[in-house]
Amino acid sequence: MAQNTSAIQPHQLTSQRGRQVITAHLTALGFLMPSLIFLGVFVFYPLVKTVYYSFFLTNALGQPVKFIGLANYATLLHDPVFLKSLWVTLIFVAAVTSLTTICALYLANLARKHLRGTVIFRTLFASTMGVSVSVASVLWLFFFQPTTGVSDMILNFFHLPPIHWLTGNVWALVAVILTVVWMNLGFAFLAISGALENVPTHLYETAEIEGVTPWLKFRFITLPHISPTLFFVATVTMINAFQTFGQVDLLTKGGPNNHTNLIVYQIYRDAFVNLNVGKASTESMLLAILIALVTFAQFKLTEKRVMYQ
Amino acid sequence: MIELKQLQKVYDQQQDAVIKEVTVNILPGEFFVMVGPSGSGKSTILRMIAGLEPITGGDLIIAGERMNDLPPKARHLSMVFQNYALYPNMTVSENITFGLKARKVASATQLQRLSDALALVGLTDYAYRYPRELSGGQRQRVALARSIVSGAEIILMDEPLSNLDAQLRESVRYEIKALQRKLGITVVYVTHDQTEAMTMGDRVMILNDGVVQQIGTPMQLYELPANTFVAKFFGTPQMNVLTAVTDWKNQGVAIDTPFDPDAMVGIRPEAARLNPENADDMAIEFWVATATQIGSETLLFGTINGREETLQFKISGHLDVPAEQFITLYIPRNALHYFDLNGNMLAKVGV
Repeated sequence: MAQNTSAIQPHQLTSQRGRQVITAHLTALGFLMPSLIFLGVFVFYPLVKTVYYSFFLTNALGQPVKFIGLANYATLLHDPVFLKSLWVTLIFVAAVTSLTTICALYLANLARKHLRGTVIFRTLFASTMGVSVSVASVLWLFFFQPTTGVSDMILNFFHLPPIHWLTGNVWALVAVILTVVWMNLGFAFLAISGALENVPTHLYETAEIEGVTPWLKFRFITLPHISPTLFFVATVTMINAFQTFGQVDLLTKGGPNNHTNLIVYQIYRDAFVNLNVGKASTESMLLAILIALVTFAQFKLTEKRVMYQ
Repeated sequence: MIELKQLQKVYDQQQDAVIKEVTVNILPGEFFVMVGPSGSGKSTILRMIAGLEPITGGDLIIAGERMNDLPPKARHLSMVFQNYALYPNMTVSENITFGLKARKVASATQLQRLSDALALVGLTDYAYRYPRELSGGQRQRVALARSIVSGAEIILMDEPLSNLDAQLRESVRYEIKALQRKLGITVVYVTHDQTEAMTMGDRVMILNDGVVQQIGTPMQLYELPANTFVAKFFGTPQMNVLTAVTDWKNQGVAIDTPFDPDAMVGIRPEAARLNPENADDMAIEFWVATATQIGSETLLFGTINGREETLQFKISGHLDVPAEQFITLYIPRNALHYFDLNGNMLAKVGV
């Protein structure tokens, strides 16, 4: 008997180990909980709910009334307003992504030289990072406003015809693109500046001694080295551009004649103005798919041109 | 080939010059080594020659032409960097011909020079590899090939072997030297490694704090060091320098210095013998603290009776020298170096 009490029985051992495993898992769960709750409430639940709604007809209160399968999707793909919104969005995204990347690259290259005052310019170029969407939009509104806007005042001073920034079909889209590009520049500039700093100076010095021209240096030394960052900036800008809302809401409200009606704005109108949650959910789903597709395509297309070390 | 006349570098007007009036004439076909501890200014001088660093005083004359204000490409030279500076996005052959392409050299000439250079450094089979696929030694050889292919008669090398491991360093050292001989080019070579300087250089310039300490052939620097800095820089273990020696007899050393009252005496570690060779050899009563066998030699650490400095002596052969006791070491008179109290050479007995 004495022997039995002192020795640990096999079944005791397993239960003890089991308890340890459970404790470890509970501890892990405890650490995960905050982000799980956060992501669950604000990401996963809305995501699932959106998928769910997109298969339903909803009433004005946003409640699902009738399951209609893929009917929402079918209708949308024949809806001229949505198709136009899709088209405008694609133009907008292409313009914003390319303009932001190119302008930021240009500015970063300018601010790269260690001259007097470069720091001031760097700060200025990066400062749009600290401006909120609404402030930026209002700021540009001062510029775009008909007759009283800065743009028209300047044009008037030189006796030039005014530009219908917010009312012309094309100009309105240009105005929104300008505002968004301006907002994005700060971050893109900062990221590209950082990448430029990381190009080894010895390569430039070697090239300098070999008599390589500035353009060739840029093309064969700078570009390959910063290509991962350029790719990153372009991807992030693109995804952000797809989700632009504030600028449209404050500058044009999607007008004139839906020429600046980006998808996210269309979703907003369908959900909160037209109170058609089912349609809005379907549009959201399509937007998500679109972003995924375009990003995937971008990865595939640029994969070979980007040099990772 | 390259003349430096009172070359100076001042970064900040309020502060002392980093390079103080360096004057030297580097001859065509010479392997010229600039050596010194880090921060001595040797790389700065090299970068001033290359045109990567502006010259703030004096003249730089290359092939009879003043080059101070000309851009690097107008100086007709090439440079090899410590970290090779290969373009990572280009293959070996693209790396080598990039400079030629930029200068719009005819493509037939490019190919010819490329294959010559690749053969010269033994990398013909690696022409289409990327730098990341090569070992350190191979990368360094690509950098060399790139320099050679430019056709420049001057190649500047900034610590080109520092990133290689010790064994490789030795073999590449000879390769570089042989290549230089074969091509008859002028090489200005910067290193902090005294062995590299001694084995590679036709002439060596030793720098400290931006001041030239001595210029000469490796043997001159070793045998007739101009000051204690040079004396201690060359040779391992470094030269023993005994300061302010006045009363030698009572310090356990039977020698009268020819430089009364005070002088510094330098003794190379390898000058010590266990048995006298000449009648007038200096005899030292040496307290052996430790004796270390390193292969074919024995290193002795210890002190001379009554003095504070730790001295090192190197005796060839396996010796069973007992530690913690006195032994008598004999040093030939002609192996003694004398310096004044500022460390400048006075004379060397017997030379």
